[in-house]
Amino acid sequence: MATPMDTTVATPVEWETVIGLEIHAQLATRSKIFSSSATAYGAAPNTQANLVDLGYPGVLPVLNAEAVRMALKFGLAIGAQIERRSVFARKNYFYPDLPKGYQISQYELPIVAQGSLEVVMEDGTRKRVGITRAHLEEDAGKSLHEGLPGVTGIDLNRAGTPLIEIVSEPDLRSAKEAVAYMKKVHTLVRYLEICDGNMQEGSFRCDANVSVRPKGQEKFGTRAEIKNLNSFRYVEKAINYEIARQIELIDSGGKVVQETRLYDPDKGETRSMRSKEEANDYRYFPDPDLLPVMIEQSMLDAVRRSLPELPDQKAARFASQHGLTDYDAGVLTASREMAAFYEDVVAKVGKEPKLCANWVMGDFSAFLNRDGLDLPDSKVDAAALAGLVTRIVDNTISGKIAKEVFEAMWAEGKPADAIIEAKGLRQITDTGAIETAIDEVMAKNPGQLADYRSGKDKLFGFFVGQVMKATGGKANPAQLNELLKKKLAG
Amino acid sequence: MSLSRSDIDKIALLARLELTETEIPVYVDSLSRIIDFVGELDRADTRGISPMAHPLPGLAQRLRADEVLETDRHERYQRNAPQVEAGLYLVPKVIE
Amino acid sequence: MSALPIHARTLAGLAKGLKQREFSSVEITREFLDRIAASQPALNAFVTVTRDAALAQAAVADERLKAGGAPALTGIPIAHKDIFCTEGVLTTCGSKMLSNFVSPYDATVVARLREAGTVMLGKANMDEFAMGSSNETSFFGPVRNPWNTAMVPGGSSGGSAAAVAARLAPAATATDTGGSIRQPAALCGVTGIKPTYGRVSRYGMIAFASSLDQGGLISISAEDAALLLGAISGFDPRDSTSVDSPVPDYTATLGDSLAGVKIGLVREFFDKGLDAQCEARIREALAVYEKLGAKLVEVSCPNLPLSVPTYYVVAPAECSSNLARFDGVRFGHRCENPKNLIDLYRRSRGEGFGAEVKRRIMTGTYVLSAGYYDAYYLKAQRVRELISRDFANAFGECDLLVGPTSPTPAFPLGAKTADPITMYLNDIYTIGANLAGLPGMSIPCGFADGLPVGLQLVGPHFSEARMLNIAHRFQTETDWHLRVPAAYA
Repeated sequence: MATPMDTTVATPVEWETVIGLEIHAQLATRSKIFSSSATAYGAAPNTQANLVDLGYPGVLPVLNAEAVRMALKFGLAIGAQIERRSVFARKNYFYPDLPKGYQISQYELPIVAQGSLEVVMEDGTRKRVGITRAHLEEDAGKSLHEGLPGVTGIDLNRAGTPLIEIVSEPDLRSAKEAVAYMKKVHTLVRYLEICDGNMQEGSFRCDANVSVRPKGQEKFGTRAEIKNLNSFRYVEKAINYEIARQIELIDSGGKVVQETRLYDPDKGETRSMRSKEEANDYRYFPDPDLLPVMIEQSMLDAVRRSLPELPDQKAARFASQHGLTDYDAGVLTASREMAAFYEDVVAKVGKEPKLCANWVMGDFSAFLNRDGLDLPDSKVDAAALAGLVTRIVDNTISGKIAKEVFEAMWAEGKPADAIIEAKGLRQITDTGAIETAIDEVMAKNPGQLADYRSGKDKLFGFFVGQVMKATGGKANPAQLNELLKKKLAG
Repeated sequence: MSLSRSDIDKIALLARLELTETEIPVYVDSLSRIIDFVGELDRADTRGISPMAHPLPGLAQRLRADEVLETDRHERYQRNAPQVEAGLYLVPKVIE
Repeated sequence: MSALPIHARTLAGLAKGLKQREFSSVEITREFLDRIAASQPALNAFVTVTRDAALAQAAVADERLKAGGAPALTGIPIAHKDIFCTEGVLTTCGSKMLSNFVSPYDATVVARLREAGTVMLGKANMDEFAMGSSNETSFFGPVRNPWNTAMVPGGSSGGSAAAVAARLAPAATATDTGGSIRQPAALCGVTGIKPTYGRVSRYGMIAFASSLDQGGLISISAEDAALLLGAISGFDPRDSTSVDSPVPDYTATLGDSLAGVKIGLVREFFDKGLDAQCEARIREALAVYEKLGAKLVEVSCPNLPLSVPTYYVVAPAECSSNLARFDGVRFGHRCENPKNLIDLYRRSRGEGFGAEVKRRIMTGTYVLSAGYYDAYYLKAQRVRELISRDFANAFGECDLLVGPTSPTPAFPLGAKTADPITMYLNDIYTIGANLAGLPGMSIPCGFADGLPVGLQLVGPHFSEARMLNIAHRFQTETDWHLRVPAAYA
């Protein structure tokens, strides 16, 4: 078996990472995929598990129309080929959270076939990520280990919740790309309102398939699968750890084993799942209790009509209509609510969309994050923010002063004008007043004035600072600069 | 086609069936006979024939409305369970 | 007024008697319950007898009959094969695995018959998980044939068939996956009907092989079957494979003339495996049909001889998956002191399932496993398609197929248990209809050395009305269906 060559002068291998992601998104239906039980999160154990969910003798599955519609929405949104005839198959294995001893999934004929998504990286580069397929399946229940000595407790509330499993092509080449792709999918499913994307509650989970190969080699290396990553941070860390682990392993003469691994966030490492070591032969076969799913043209058309403006379309529109960079447009469209908020602010201000964008992405988002708030709970609404930006645009206040105003707006819940009035923060734009202030500063600082006039240009900043101080920071910076230059020149 | 003891061991594990030492040779024998018997299917010329998954052709899966119709009956259902605590079904500890 | 004892009357006769207040439901229910109790040591046809509940239901039925306007089946006692879930009543499927399982819900078939007014006498014994052709695999002991208790009643609905043959109930529900209604009906000299796949809901009918299972009935006559079939048939939203098409009044056309009806004789049904006396009875029955105006046509279904191997790939495959839910976690048998999870599964299932069930689970696991799926499972489903086409072609030349149900009459207990294949070949004539989803019946047509012989009818999809008509007309010309074993007359 090929191992790194033992040469006296070691040529360092340049490694390439190959990553594919399998994302499981819980569909936001009211009832489960094959039964009429509720899907709501947080119920007491086994209170949302009916006979069908429990896999009782004699029960049968019946397919939820909304789950199908949601899968179609996703397929159309990624430009995928929709399989007009798809088949449910049984994936057979034994595990206590899988009551029937098989999971109803889709195997050879998934409802959504080949599609793709475009991801814009931070440096502006665009990457097309292929999506091999997306299919419908049922979620399993939950195993609880804590507080139960010697036993594991099984809660089947989650068993039967509809999932869409989205499989990417192994197109991703770094942890950053993987996270960007995962975020894009996260944004998309929330835009489409097919998934609430709540990773803490397990509505959106990711498995990462990671392998390495020497750059230039066509054949893929052996991959390891890291299961159940439920945060963007963990995905990045786990993948980076795994890449390093595999490279070190190969470099020291070892071989990567095809296995399933778990990420331990406390230790910051991945480790092998010993219990699933035995190869599982899933013995897939078409589920005889379900008939082929036939998608009528009318249903497809109705779903297509119901699609909202997708994030890419919205971002493209922002970039072209508002002159934003692709990356900034991407950030603003990361959620439908954020994009709507931004557009609302722009509409109200009526101009300067870039300035609006900077405020939304900057201070506004920072304060939301700082206080751990979701957009709907923001202390400053779109009208209020627009009011503030308007005062910058009309020169009432400088951008710098505006930050102070915003902080007060957030804390006190008052509009910009009220804060500006109360704190007397209006910008000084009266030429005469500024000139007076400049004259006073020049008179008070004859030494520096002489130095400046004899060539020490750096002192310009000193005079700016002094005039700002004298005017309580309220002198209009542009006017100040212009007038100061004139007066210092003599 | 004869199955071996190791075949039976593998199948019994996949199917989660414990077989006693006395039982195993009996199953090796009967399963070998059965697999041999069904090997007759090779006689049929099935080129170009699709596998029949459902006896009634041309039917499509019915879609049901997305409604919650169930009430909580877990107490009734858990009367059937061998081991339950705090509403959870119990199994020997599973280590992941 | 007929002097026929109550237990010997057909369901139709009992319904008439109840309506005319010749007797009450409580009276006849008690009569059947007493007969059941007396028969248990010899026949073992029942796993559970719901005496108190039955009498209570009968009393309610009597009130409704008194009030008038009650549905046609009000007050009629019946038995349910123990494969149907019955709320609040033990539902064992003939297995140790479910020997403690009290179902929290009613199967659709059970609910519909309850709503139609019937009274449940109890749960009929059966081969374990419906796997068998002799009712020798039940955890609760074998059922014996009322015509000769050294003989098997057939299976898997052996309890249902024996109960009707011994007149312990005028009718019983049953299920048929490879012949499990028709074959025991033939061996016990009673009438059995397996409807078209999808005609009767499978919800609450413990699954063996999902694409083959159908719920049906065992009764004394085709007329009785027609009455009951109407009550249980029809679309069920809980079963995705349930067909949404109207249910005709099966009784309305029972008496139609058979003039010009083309009866197909499948060459492959009259093979060297067919017992000579059985064949003789079949030929005599065909002569009756000719007398009734039917024309006999020879047809061929060349792939039919492959139906048994096809079945023994498909059915075990599906059952290996359907029975995975029996793991000792949420219901059913659990082993003592499991050491770990695998031990829990392996011992609970190893202890809970009998040998034939384990054999089929393992066969199914094998044919679905990696490397074998194409060669066995897919191959079998392709042959299934060929067999279905053969039937379709045959129906192009005739209205109905008629032939033997079973290659032999009833055989002694233990005679065929040594080699599974020998047992499997009992279903050689019946399996084809399951593979193609076609409706089938068996009606008594005589005796071979004192043991009943059954005549099989197989029709195109949803031809139950025609099939019942053809069966009924035979029963107006003959009285085989009214014969009762001496011990139970």
